Amino acid sequence: MSVKIKVENLTKIFGRNPKSVLKKLENGMTKDKILAQTGHTVGVDNVSFDVNEGEIFVIMGLSGSGKSTLIRCLNLLNKPTEGKVCVDGEDIVQYNKKQLQTFRQNKMAMVFQHFGLFTHKTVADNVEYGLEIKNMPKEERKKIAEEILETVGLKGWGVKMPNQLSGGMQQRVGLARALANDPDVLLMDEPFSALDPLIRREMQLELLDIQSELKKTIIFITHDVNEAFRIGDRVAVMKNGKMVQIGTPEEILTNPANEYIEDFIKDIDKSKVVQAKNVMLNPSPLVFMKDGPKVAMKEMKSSGISSVFVVDKDRKLRGIITIDDTIKAIQENKTLEDILRTDYFTADPEDYIQDLIANAMETKYPIAVVNDDKKLVGILVRVSVLSGLV
Amino acid sequence: MSQFPEFLKFELGIYVDQFVKWLMNNFGGFFDFLQAFILGFLMRAEGFLQWLPWWVVLFGVFLLGWKVKKISSGIVFALMLLVVGSFGLWELMMATLAVVLTSVIISLLIGIPVGIIMAYSSTFEMIMKPMLDGMQTMPSFVYLIPALMLFDLGSVPAVFATTIYAIPPVMRLTNLGIRNVSKEMVEAAHSFGSSPWQILFKVELPQALPTIMTGVNQTTMMAMAMVVIASMIGARGLGREVLIAINRIDIARGFESGLAIVIIAIIIDRITQGIAESFKVEE
Repeated sequence: MSVKIKVENLTKIFGRNPKSVLKKLENGMTKDKILAQTGHTVGVDNVSFDVNEGEIFVIMGLSGSGKSTLIRCLNLLNKPTEGKVCVDGEDIVQYNKKQLQTFRQNKMAMVFQHFGLFTHKTVADNVEYGLEIKNMPKEERKKIAEEILETVGLKGWGVKMPNQLSGGMQQRVGLARALANDPDVLLMDEPFSALDPLIRREMQLELLDIQSELKKTIIFITHDVNEAFRIGDRVAVMKNGKMVQIGTPEEILTNPANEYIEDFIKDIDKSKVVQAKNVMLNPSPLVFMKDGPKVAMKEMKSSGISSVFVVDKDRKLRGIITIDDTIKAIQENKTLEDILRTDYFTADPEDYIQDLIANAMETKYPIAVVNDDKKLVGILVRVSVLSGLV
Repeated sequence: MSQFPEFLKFELGIYVDQFVKWLMNNFGGFFDFLQAFILGFLMRAEGFLQWLPWWVVLFGVFLLGWKVKKISSGIVFALMLLVVGSFGLWELMMATLAVVLTSVIISLLIGIPVGIIMAYSSTFEMIMKPMLDGMQTMPSFVYLIPALMLFDLGSVPAVFATTIYAIPPVMRLTNLGIRNVSKEMVEAAHSFGSSPWQILFKVELPQALPTIMTGVNQTTMMAMAMVVIASMIGARGLGREVLIAINRIDIARGFESGLAIVIIAIIIDRITQGIAESFKVEE
């Protein structure tokens, strides 16, 4: 996986003479002190990170953490006070006006929180805007716009005006407009925050769908932890203009860098009182004690899994068997009893997901959900635990 | 003690007077050229308006009224114009309209670009705003004097004075309209690599158009008001009729021409307002 965007020591300060404040910031003066003393606002403070080609890189933070300022530095809507932003190895901060225009026309496109649609243009004209700027002939760009509108599920809406559409649809137009240019990099500044929760979820899934097909490099800003963990391949947490932690969702969940991030994660769990029974899957296939290893083998093979839970005739849980052990058992004529393992985790249907995260990360088997009678009622795979957070 | 001390007396007026004279002496050629230009434009506009058959104008106003408002408005506007004609004031009305039209066009040609610059430069806006306030609050008669000195009597100084009086609204509202374009929309335009001109013409001006059109409407109405006053320095038209009526205490003449001015003002206002309205993007 190659690095698409490399950000090095990026700092952005707003005010009359930003350069003059740099020294103070380097010497460790706090943001608040700088604001009080010089009237300058520190937006982004010495941030470095890499974004790999084809990944969804989520930048998460509360409002005022500098995430919107940071994303605007990546296409130079904000000119960085100091630092480098290298895209495909070229430092775009050094670009002159003409180079920057060409760069924006071809390599990067942005989706905005409040859509930023041109209300005086039709939906189709909005989608065509980036191409119009490049002086593409009308016929050609019309064709492209139609295709893209179909991709985002807005076929036939091209003739409408943007404000005749619902919020979710407007953001689809925003996305279509960004995709029409066929950029390598997509910047998304809290694109779904203005939408209601149901639509937001739908849009997230759709973005993942589109991404699996187009494989763009996406930088996604959000203040919503759930959203971040749901769609991000890697997540960066920002606070006060600094990066606090960068990692995959699992890494951050299991290994929060400091209290701030712990609070963040705790927050999701408190807010989402998801229990095991809400996200567990049907325990199928299931092997009974009376079945031989051959039956167990067949069950695992047909479902394409490498381990299966074994219950007795009352559906009471007895243990788990792996496919390797089963093969051995068949060769050595052993019974299921002989190869039963018990090194799995169990959970109560009423358990909260937050308490199961650690187990889910650790175990190589699914977690068995058993009720008070020791009956197996469901299983939890790692994915469902994590998605239970979302 | 109650008198203002003599030594604090400062006669600014003298310097203004000297400035205007200095302008005349040193830039006479420029003002001659300006005069010829305005006059040429004015003559053509009036020639065209006088050439139009009366029923074409009536029909045109009817159509415009119908298009921007509704059919009944069109009929009312046409009937009102018919009343002006029946007073025997048709030709004078066209003369007045020619001055208004010329002033408005000059106002827009200067006002919209200046408004755009104001929107882009806060320093320039800071300088222009008090000037615009001054231009609007200064009693309009005051403009007549320098206009008279620079351009002699006639319709040209009338156009000059009218333009100065009528230009502030379109400048202000162009500035306002562009400043009020949603920041995110402009950012979006930037993010796609638009050039500054593309942003101005493809995003900012179309977005600001409803506001600018409101400015055009106000500028037109102010031009209409000023044209009447400008008759004092020799502009032909309905204003002069009023002036003559005042001098002769001729109530009949005064009332007819006064009413005609009101009618034209109403028609122009409603039609330009209707046009401004039609540019509004529905929310």
